Amino acid sequence: MDLFEHQAKELFAEYGIPVPRGIVAHTVEEARAAAEQLTGRVVVKAQVKTGGRGKAGGVKVADDAADAASKATDILGMDIKGHTVHKVLVEEASAIAEEYYFSFLLDRANRTFLAICSAAGGMEIEEVAHTNPEKVAQVPISPLDGIDRAKAREIAQAGGLPEASLDGAADLIEKLWCAFVDEDASLVEVNPMILSADGQVKALDGKVTLDDNASFRQQDHAALEDKAAEDPLEAAAKAKDLNYVKLDGSVGIIGNGAGLVMSTLDVVAYAGEAFPGQPKPANFLDIGGGASAEVMAAGLEIIISDPAVKSIFVNVFGGITACDAVANGIVSAFQLLESRGEAVSRPLVVRLDGNNAELGRQILSDAKLSGVELVDTMDDAAKRAAELAAVGA
Amino acid sequence: MAIWLTENSKIIVQGMTGGEGTKHTRRMLASGAAVVGGVNARKAGTVHEGLPVFGTVAEAMKETGADVSVVFVPPAFTKDAVKEAIDAEIPLCVVITEGVPIHDTTEFWAYAVAKGGKTRIIGPNCPGIASPGASNAGIIPADITSAGRIGLVSKSGTLTYQLMYELRDIGFSSAVGIGGDPVIGTTHIDALQAFQDDPGTDAIVMIGEIGGDAEERAAAYIEQHVTKPVVAYVAGFTAPEGKTMGHAGAIVSGSAGTAQAKKDALEKVGVRVGKTPSETARLMRELIQSL
Repeated sequence: MDLFEHQAKELFAEYGIPVPRGIVAHTVEEARAAAEQLTGRVVVKAQVKTGGRGKAGGVKVADDAADAASKATDILGMDIKGHTVHKVLVEEASAIAEEYYFSFLLDRANRTFLAICSAAGGMEIEEVAHTNPEKVAQVPISPLDGIDRAKAREIAQAGGLPEASLDGAADLIEKLWCAFVDEDASLVEVNPMILSADGQVKALDGKVTLDDNASFRQQDHAALEDKAAEDPLEAAAKAKDLNYVKLDGSVGIIGNGAGLVMSTLDVVAYAGEAFPGQPKPANFLDIGGGASAEVMAAGLEIIISDPAVKSIFVNVFGGITACDAVANGIVSAFQLLESRGEAVSRPLVVRLDGNNAELGRQILSDAKLSGVELVDTMDDAAKRAAELAAVGA
Repeated sequence: MAIWLTENSKIIVQGMTGGEGTKHTRRMLASGAAVVGGVNARKAGTVHEGLPVFGTVAEAMKETGADVSVVFVPPAFTKDAVKEAIDAEIPLCVVITEGVPIHDTTEFWAYAVAKGGKTRIIGPNCPGIASPGASNAGIIPADITSAGRIGLVSKSGTLTYQLMYELRDIGFSSAVGIGGDPVIGTTHIDALQAFQDDPGTDAIVMIGEIGGDAEERAAAYIEQHVTKPVVAYVAGFTAPEGKTMGHAGAIVSGSAGTAQAKKDALEKVGVRVGKTPSETARLMRELIQSL
């Protein structure tokens, strides 16, 4: 889960990391009130979970409360890379002497953590990393050893920070490491980390990605979720513990195993190219290796509640759960949904392969479910599902 | 022949007494794998599924001669279970558990390295390793394929099964599911190296998916070190940017990590990449017939 800047900074503040004073505003009036409370010059910053917002005009300096209200009027409702701005952070303007870059992240290739530090911080850091890599220090951090003050200072030095900033930066880095570890983050980024005119090292921006796998020991992270931005179907699926991602096509997809479902999306998209309107997958839905009747019913329920879906493709490989069990699951899912008055009204193409595939197909054809077609191979089934979606469109 | 897991392998199950542990211990036994015991500190001295339960991995190894551990313990306890296996210096530790925090995996990996790398870790969040006809450590269905001379390494469980099934008449030396998490113990490269060195393997199937650059690094390795023919499949060509599709590792951010980038990297070094799983199976079939 990615955090908003204001959430990241609230988290930083809990760990004693210096951040500018700021207030979140959802309306122009709230922005005006926030600026009045902060007094003096403020910065109005769009709160969106994407980069490049400064270049998009989502960050503006305001001289007073009236100006802040005017800037908030411009920014609220703005679209930045597909993200609508629903709130702004109104923050006291900082007198910046220097801008640096700092982050801790996971280094997948080397299976360890990495500290990245550079005296050349700010909006162009990616460009700097590309053109002058020697100006961007990358220091591996062992999860067994972690970071102490001396190590933190060493990293700041490696990043080329000037002597005057080293103590302040080392303090910030050490605290940021605590936040990274204690909060189970896979990324904490401060860009820019600044040296203010009065000699303080501060986090002027913050990006944090938290590890969803750690939610069992990070109970307070649930409160950080952005419920408003969630797709309603994705939220409904999440409530049922389903692994669902809404996409923008018309072929509903159900499969077992993340890799197989991802592959199904590809095969359906290829198959769709041959039909009018080029039907594409409407969603990703992985019902897991087990594929029980209850999960199948829950999955079908989510898919049929999506009005964009014109046909449904159930693609299951019977491994641990054999195909006869999966077929019985589909039959009972139909009965379950029918008894709730939510009959599956769109054509459904089923491909069963693997253990007891013959038996599974027999069960399905005996059940004579209306609108259900059995197709032997994944490629042919994808073609048929795309064709049905094109006809139904 | 096979890699890492043979008919002589003796398997213990950490978390054998739990629901998943029990179910898959039964399945492994039914497939003919030599499961010789389980580990659960609170149930030491008892018998479960006809097998002795030991208090520690070290004790289980001493009593049974086990050289493989399969871990089914819940995510909150996985790190400690794997570190215990590392301390006992068991040669192979297969971590099936899904949902292990990244900081925990990174820590037990660093711990394994610090202890001299005596324990090979496969996973976490993986289906395990199967050497058809010889042994089976994990949850790969044993009855969908046969013994043969193809080696398979994959990030994805069900895609592994799909290809094992499609090529069941040719058969496999070993199939390794390395898992789709951002940090994993055994990589594509480790498996490619082992298959290259295995006299029982003639050709290799490699299955990847979007996210990270493991496939790109595997391509560079293949160019330098692998002389056996490799056929590959990459899932996620049409996945939208920035969406996670079930596997934490499968996050596309920008151009690197896309399926196309991986396919290009692999094809550049002479690997044939199938557009769909069936096409991948067909490519392998043609290749085997031409050997």
